[in-house]
Amino acid sequence: MIRFENIGVRYGIGPEILSDVSFRLPRHSFHFLTGPSGAGKTTLLKLMFLSLRPTRGFVSVFGKEATKIRSQDRAAVRRRIGIVFQDFRLLDHLTIYENVALPLRVAGEDEARYRTNVIELLQWVGLGERLHALPPILSGGEKQRAAIARAVITKPELLLADEPTGNVDPDLAFRLLYLFLELNRLGTAVVLATHDHHLLNEAPHAGRLVLKDGSVSVLAS
Amino acid sequence: MKVLMRKFRNGKKRKSANFELLPLRKTAPIVPPHSIAGRALVVVLGIMCFLACLTVAAVTLVVESASDWQRGISREATIQLRPLSNAPIEAEMSKAITLARTTPGILSVRALSQSENEELMKGWFGSSLDLAELPIPRMIELQVDQRRPPDLEALAFELRMKVKGASLDDHRQWRDRLALMTGSVVAIGVLILVLVLVAATLSVIFSTRAAMAANRDIVDVLNLVGAEDKFIARSFQRRFLQLGLEGGVCGGVAALIAFPLTNFLIRVFFGAAGEAQLDVLIGGAGLTIASVIAIIVTVLAIALISSVTSRFTVRHYLREHS
Repeated sequence: MIRFENIGVRYGIGPEILSDVSFRLPRHSFHFLTGPSGAGKTTLLKLMFLSLRPTRGFVSVFGKEATKIRSQDRAAVRRRIGIVFQDFRLLDHLTIYENVALPLRVAGEDEARYRTNVIELLQWVGLGERLHALPPILSGGEKQRAAIARAVITKPELLLADEPTGNVDPDLAFRLLYLFLELNRLGTAVVLATHDHHLLNEAPHAGRLVLKDGSVSVLAS
Repeated sequence: MKVLMRKFRNGKKRKSANFELLPLRKTAPIVPPHSIAGRALVVVLGIMCFLACLTVAAVTLVVESASDWQRGISREATIQLRPLSNAPIEAEMSKAITLARTTPGILSVRALSQSENEELMKGWFGSSLDLAELPIPRMIELQVDQRRPPDLEALAFELRMKVKGASLDDHRQWRDRLALMTGSVVAIGVLILVLVLVAATLSVIFSTRAAMAANRDIVDVLNLVGAEDKFIARSFQRRFLQLGLEGGVCGGVAALIAFPLTNFLIRVFFGAAGEAQLDVLIGGAGLTIASVIAIIVTVLAIALISSVTSRFTVRHYLREHS
């Protein structure tokens, strides 16, 4: 599903953030992406999401070489990927319900068909009573949950999550992990960047991508 | 998703198992209405539309009046007889009338009386002069059948040959001048209209680019959830169509008010005589059906320009920043 060959990334004329990174992620796999702060976890996720071009090397997503994906086809590829960023990226003028439903709206689905699903998902992540709230009045944890709900609402083939449990309490963190594991069991490949060792221990069979000094070592599940 | 939810709930306590579907607000537009400098653009488009409507309606009025004039003068021709010392004018008048009446395509022939002639001359010489002492030409008014027009050149030739001092005026010179004047007014109007529409288009381009820059985070999120460029462009286009319609309607309504207001002001400042002169010249400053239709078309054109321009600007901006 994802293939990296000798990937190098540098910003401007600085040193390489990632250097000779090579790995493959098969379909339906579950991987934690770990490493110290500043190791390049977010950069790696951006490469997988096609929002960053590597300085060198070969990236393939869903069997297509990233450099050969035309800009007008990139949106279709991205609709197969759910992504959760550290900074949530919610639209402040839309309610939580509208934010979570945004990927379905963008895909041209009829609201009558997805309304119940969106509300159920929001209920499950504990935002059932915040459907009408606007993001600026939510706590960090609530925003995080809304961002996760938005990423999984389309049941993507690949879910990329950057520190998705960083702003929630441990109980909810485990529930969110359980959500990711269930999504994975239903067929979604998951790459979850985290520092949280409790989460890593909770899913001992998951694979691990360990970033250190610009290179990645893959620990198989 | 329901399967997923059931699995999630497995072994977990739900806070509220039976939640009610609360009434949701009407889905908000993706581009927030207040994030675009909408008011300024509405004012600019309103002014542009007002100027465009004034131009279009004024040109329509002039063209309509000119075509009325042209129709009027092409229905008539005039035989003019200069008094000559060696030919009694009444006898020459009779010859000319007979000749005109026997010409196919002439519907009626009427000789203007001496008093009618003098009345016409008063416009040039004033009323203090005794016109009876002057050798004033006599006029014969001809009504022309426009469906089967007469051969006026042949009639003019025959008049020159058979009637002393006679000449035929078919008003061609007037028609040509009127056509030239109308053409000039239309050309100037079109030029003004093009300039106004170009200015409106440029305003929309700058506003759209400013809106795109101000809403960069929205564009980023839309990219993030897999929105295609055309979806993003459509979202902005909707907003700009609305702004274009608002500005256009304001400008159009102002133009619709401006014409009767002009009539009123002319009456107040120049009295009934001024209004009558304007009536004679261009049929007054009142709106005709054609000029109202022209104003409505201009309003729709401004809205369309706003909408289409914003769409192309967004697509271009997204290509630049992809």
